[in-house]
Amino acid sequence: MTVVPIIKRDHICKLAEQGKRVDGRNFGEYRKIEIETGVVSKAEGSARVKIGNTQVMAGIKMDVGEPYSDSPDSGVMTTAAELIPLASPDFESGPPRANAIELARVVDRGVRESEVIELDKLCIEPGEKVWIVFIDLHILDYDGNLFDAASLAALAALSTAKVPAKRFELGDDYPLPLKEPPISCTSVKFNNVVAIDPSLDEEEIADARLTVATDTNGDIRAMQKGLNGSFTREEIQKVIKASIDNGREIRKQLYENIGK
Amino acid sequence: MKSDIELIDSNGKRLDGRGPEDLRPIKIEAGVLHRADGSCYLEWGGNKVLVAVYGPREAIPRHSQNPLRAIVNAKYNMAAFSVEDRKRPGPDRRSREISKVISEALEKVILTEQFPRAAIDVNIEVLDAEAGTRCAGLTAAGVALADAGIPMTDIPVSCAAGKIDGHVVADLGKEEDNFGDADLPVAISPRTDEVILLQMDGHLTLDEFNKAFDLAVNGCHVVSEIQKKAILDKYQSASEAE
Repeated sequence: MTVVPIIKRDHICKLAEQGKRVDGRNFGEYRKIEIETGVVSKAEGSARVKIGNTQVMAGIKMDVGEPYSDSPDSGVMTTAAELIPLASPDFESGPPRANAIELARVVDRGVRESEVIELDKLCIEPGEKVWIVFIDLHILDYDGNLFDAASLAALAALSTAKVPAKRFELGDDYPLPLKEPPISCTSVKFNNVVAIDPSLDEEEIADARLTVATDTNGDIRAMQKGLNGSFTREEIQKVIKASIDNGREIRKQLYENIGK
Repeated sequence: MKSDIELIDSNGKRLDGRGPEDLRPIKIEAGVLHRADGSCYLEWGGNKVLVAVYGPREAIPRHSQNPLRAIVNAKYNMAAFSVEDRKRPGPDRRSREISKVISEALEKVILTEQFPRAAIDVNIEVLDAEAGTRCAGLTAAGVALADAGIPMTDIPVSCAAGKIDGHVVADLGKEEDNFGDADLPVAISPRTDEVILLQMDGHLTLDEFNKAFDLAVNGCHVVSEIQKKAILDKYQSASEAE
């Protein structure tokens, strides 16, 4: 049961000592990203994102509902992630487990805390009726780095979303009001090297993982450390720098894809 | 969310009178529960947290066992009455995420390879919540693990820093957490300064992040001394009683 991971770990670490990665990339090299939007006609907005072999689909649905009592004049957003059995032999159906919950909450924080969706513009009647934005993430193919793929898919789907006002007899449809999104970039550490955009093999043997979301100014908007290893102060600095640099490139690609 | 409250005045005094680098008052007591293998009660500002450690014991269900090492199950749970609006009992998404990141942080310091197929259960009960419960919970868990005699490379400790009204400060209080600009909980292994937990939400420039990170690490070292004293005190009072 645990022999294969140990052999795999030895192999990946040995390659790392020679400065190589399993799939031939540099430690600072991100995999190829593909973004496709408008893939589901019933959804208010949708996107399919590929990072290497990893594939994530995001769909936005909207509804009219009641606001929270502590913010009566702003809209509501929720994020859910499903690690469906289709995507990996290790995923099981049923209620979301810790991994899916962490994924959904990290994507949610990236969108919510940086106020990407202008929730204050989604009020219909203060205290009574507001728009509710549902972000649903479906993992289709799991080859590592779900955090980046899922948040990029969520952002791409949001960028193309239309508020379905007509369906609720509230006037004409209009684009979902959005601000500049922060871009998430994940790195992992194994055998004391730090590698960006881990593949599944690397993720499985990694000691620690760090996701950093950065905005257009290169400011930090969200962070999440995971796995049972640790980072030093210097390693954190290195990860942040790589996240800012790669974030810039990914943002450029996102804007090209959504025609901005 | 913005508020009209001034969180920090022109002299750098915060709402509760603290300076930017000051922590809220902390009180830690080790070995407070009878049945647990190790336990800790901690008060940190308005937070009251109780932690019980059970184990190492056989991990059940058996498929959860790891033949090479022990698994660490931290369970962060908030009492229904610990917050302003009653919290529905049982694990929600937030507490399950916190349980996960705390488990992973503790696994780094516990010598899990000494207990193959075992589980070490760390039950964190938040009785009264007032910003920074995950830091309080992890800090109390560190003391409870030491109290249980679980072999560790270090006693893990946690402290947060953040940004309020544009100022970087340590250990956010209630209003500061609600209306502040950023929150950065950090946990370290204090002997080596290795970072075992790191989360951030809000908005920090790179310089602000560095400043906040250093404040949080300094805070960890302050709390670490209180942790060690709490463990020593338990044996002090035990030997005095004899």
